[in-house]
Order: sequence, then C-alpha cells, then structure tokens
Amino acid sequence: MLRDTTSKVVLFGGIAIILLGAMMPNWIVNQLMFGFSRALAILGLLVLWRTGLVSFGHAFYFGLGAYTVAIVDIQLGVTDVFIRLLGGAMIAGFAGFVIGFIMRNYRDIFFAMLNTAISMVLYGIIVKTESLGSTDGFAISLPTIFGIAPETKYPLFVIITMIAMISALAVNFYLKTTVGRLTTPIRDNEIRVEYLGFSVAHAIHLKYTISAVLAGGAGALMAMSLGQVDPDSMINWTVSGELVFITILSGPGNVIAPFIGSLVFEVLRTYAFELAPQAWQLIVGATFLTIIFFLPGGIWSLIAKLGRKNS
Amino acid sequence: MTRAAPIIEIRDLLKTFGAVVAAKDINIDISRGEIVGIIGANGAGKTCFVNMVTGYLSPTSGSITFEGVELVGKGPREVTHAGISRSFQVSQVFHSMTVAENLRIALAIAENRGVNALRIMESDALEAKCNDVLKRYKLEDYRDMTVSVLSQGIRKLLDIAMAVVSEPRILLLDEPTSGISVEEKFDFMDVVMGALKEDNVTVLFVEHDMEIVERYVSRVLAFYQGEIIADMSPDKALADDKVQEFVIGKRH
Repeated sequence: MLRDTTSKVVLFGGIAIILLGAMMPNWIVNQLMFGFSRALAILGLLVLWRTGLVSFGHAFYFGLGAYTVAIVDIQLGVTDVFIRLLGGAMIAGFAGFVIGFIMRNYRDIFFAMLNTAISMVLYGIIVKTESLGSTDGFAISLPTIFGIAPETKYPLFVIITMIAMISALAVNFYLKTTVGRLTTPIRDNEIRVEYLGFSVAHAIHLKYTISAVLAGGAGALMAMSLGQVDPDSMINWTVSGELVFITILSGPGNVIAPFIGSLVFEVLRTYAFELAPQAWQLIVGATFLTIIFFLPGGIWSLIAKLGRKNS
Repeated sequence: MTRAAPIIEIRDLLKTFGAVVAAKDINIDISRGEIVGIIGANGAGKTCFVNMVTGYLSPTSGSITFEGVELVGKGPREVTHAGISRSFQVSQVFHSMTVAENLRIALAIAENRGVNALRIMESDALEAKCNDVLKRYKLEDYRDMTVSVLSQGIRKLLDIAMAVVSEPRILLLDEPTSGISVEEKFDFMDVVMGALKEDNVTVLFVEHDMEIVERYVSRVLAFYQGEIIADMSPDKALADDKVQEFVIGKRH
C-alpha cells in the first residue's frame, strides 16, 4: 500500500502536520481542522467527478453527518468522538446507499440537480422543524476521547488529521482496484463497460455510497470542530456549491488534492473576508474564474507540473 | 454438409418497433468454430439481429439458446458473462485513455468479477497479458497513445481486442471493415481473423464488402427486410438469385 509516492506523502505529510500542529497557534489549528474535515467530502466528490458525475447536493450527506452528531449528543448524551464520527458517516452512508438506487440511473445535469433537490428537502424539513433546531440549529458539547475530555483542541486536531490520512489512503487504494479504476471508462463509454461485463449502475452506486460516507464523516468532524450545527452552514445548497467549488479548485488528479484545495479555500475565504467583508464573494469568485481559465486541472495540475519539471 | 452440435440456436426470432418489423422468422443454428458472414442492404435487419443476440435489444418473441442457456431477457453484461462478446460498427473504446489502459481495464474486468473487483488492478500477470494482446493485434506501436488521436482502423482493432479478452466462445463483429481504407482492409482482417483463429472463437460478422465475405467466411446469412433469405456457403450465396437481387443489387 505504501509503495506509491501518494501513500508515502499522505503518511509522512500527515505525521509532520500533526507534529507541527503542537507548535502552531490555535487559529491555524482551527483552520486545519476545518480544512481537513471538509476535504473528506471533497475526496468523495473527486471519486464522482472522475466518473463524470458532479453532485450539487452533497451538503445533504454533509448535513446528515453533522446533525447526527448533534442529535446523538443532545438526545443520547454521546460525547465520544469516534462514536459520533461513526454515527455520522454510517447514517449518511446508509442514506447514500438507499438514494443511490435512484441516482445511479441519472447522469449530467439530472444527477447534479436531483441531488440538489434532495438536499433542499432535508434543508426545508430542518428549517421548519423546531425539534431539529429550526434555523438556529444546535450547540454541540465538546467531544471526549475514550472518556477523557481534552482541555485543548489539539487532540481533536490529531484525530481529524489521522481520519483524513486514513480516508486518503483508503480512497487511494480504492482508485487502484478494478471497480475504482472504472472512473474514466464510465465517463468515456458506458456501453463498452457493460459489454466488458461490468455493471455501470453497480459501479456508480458504490462510488455514490463512498462519497456519501465521506461527506457524512466530513459533516460529523466539522460539527465537532465548530461546536455547533445549523442548516445554513451545513445543508443549504450554498454548502453544496462550496464543496463543488473546492473540488474544482483542488483538481481530480490525486487524493492529496482535496486537502490542499480545502486549505487554500479556508485561507482564501478568511483573508477575503478580512480584506473586503462586504464583497469577499467577489474575491472568491474571481479566484474561481482564474482557476477555470488557467488551471482547468485545479491546483493539483500545477503541483504535478512542477513535480515533473523538477524530476 | 453435416454440421457439429450447435453452440447457439435461434428460434422464431421476431422484433417489431410499432408497425415496423425489423426481424422475423429467424431460425438458425450455428456450430462451434464457424465463421459466419451476415450480409444485407442497409436496414435489412443485420445490426438488429446482432443487438438481439448480444442483449442490447430484447426480441418481441422467440428464443436464443446459447450452450443450453436462454439469452432472451438478459442484458449486455449477462450475455458477456455467458460467453458472447461483440465489437461495434462505430468502435466503442475509452477515448481519453491510452491503448494499453483500455486493454488493462478490459483484462481486469474479465478477471476480477464480483467482489474480486475490489482487488488492486496492477499485477505482472495482467501486464504480461496486456502485452500479449497488443502483440497479437499488432497494437504495440500504439501502446501509449491516447485513443482519440488514433485512426479508425486502429480503434477498430482495439475494439475487437477488448471484446476478446474475456475469452468469449462467440464473437459478433458489426461491420469490422467500415471506415477502413480499401488498401488496408485485407491486412486488417488478416490480423483479426488470425488472432481469432488461435482462440478457436465462433465468429459472426456483419459485412457489406463481398470480397471480405468471400475470403474469410465459411457460411453466409443474407438478410432482407428482417428475414433470412439465404443460408449457405459464400460461393453459393453470392451466386444466388435472391442475394444478387436484394443484397448485392444486380438485377436479372
């Protein structure tokens, strides 16, 4: 598994970030936690994007993961970080598996917008339901780790980074399997894939479920990092748009790309807001256009190009 | 002529699209190892027949029995699993991938079905098989070239090579030489038929070029308005009055 460069970079890069995190100020640790949490959802969108599928509704799974954390905290008093994470990822994964039976039959704009529609149904239900926090959402208690309540956020940062590493390694492995390689082939020619003897519907269903599990895990980690959930920052269509934006910013070239893209987005948004609080979207939008015009393969294509030049 | 036990038996095949009858009264047996040419004018029902046998279209009625298994109602994937593969009139390959990548994915799918699809694709054995197919189909020079930049002939070769990696017992080729220049067509067919002969595959191919039919097939099925009007050896078929009139287009 560690024979390829990507796995080595993920492993050693992750360890280096964990060690450096101990020396970093809190605001950087926070940015890294938000970035790595969100990157899990991008990792799932990368798998779909490589297959030619763009979802404008993955905030559904992101929100499902986040709200699962809030509900198990408030209703059941579960504070353990791993149980919360597992709960969020599994609920989202199950939902993804069920909805996948519908989604695997759609492509292009229909796939994208059907996902949006489903996410907006959940958004509507939450906004209108008092017991689900309505527009205010919920505050979440600080997570515990095996019964111990950490005094700082650093232990949570370590866990998020390790989950990010494991997820990146797992997706990297998946992308090397036969079904994992069925991304470009499905995008290029579904008929041929069927005539080679593989079900396109099954392959897409699996990819969709994987993306839902990752988005659910991302939402759960984000909820614990932020300490709160609310529909506008977790399930609204703007969150789905943000995830697609970061996916394009990152590029589909490598499983490391979502982590870089997600961190770049965090920094970009933070500084854009500081620089122009009333027009920060203008800066983010201009960056998006620049990426589309000059780096259609995303930030990763630039890194890959530089890597090739230096080798 | 006594034929061996049929590998595929087709009975009373009918296909209609509303009022249009695309295929009717199709009754044929094909023996293992036969090379069958399917001829007919445009719209005669040749491709419709190929599509029904390979699960792309479901017949309105009738049966297709392959090695004792009923194929009607099965889709392309199940038909491939049963042991029938096909190539297409317009080559169906993965255009943004290289020739070797196309073959690797075809080989990996053929070898890793079901839960085995979660196995890592790269292996020395897979690479060796890929090299073997590249060699047999004379694709070595194009190995690392992206399919989208290749000529129609090379794409067709790749399309056929991808169809045979699952080691089918029957291969259906839909107009293998269409889009290939007159100068290249015999070389192309020599490569294809040479490679297929090694595998002892039963071949059915749709063809408009009578020179190709004469040279490569052992039996001809001539279609006209969805029906088989001749089922005989190529020399007899090409001399047959009905074939002359309705397929070749020479009036008496």
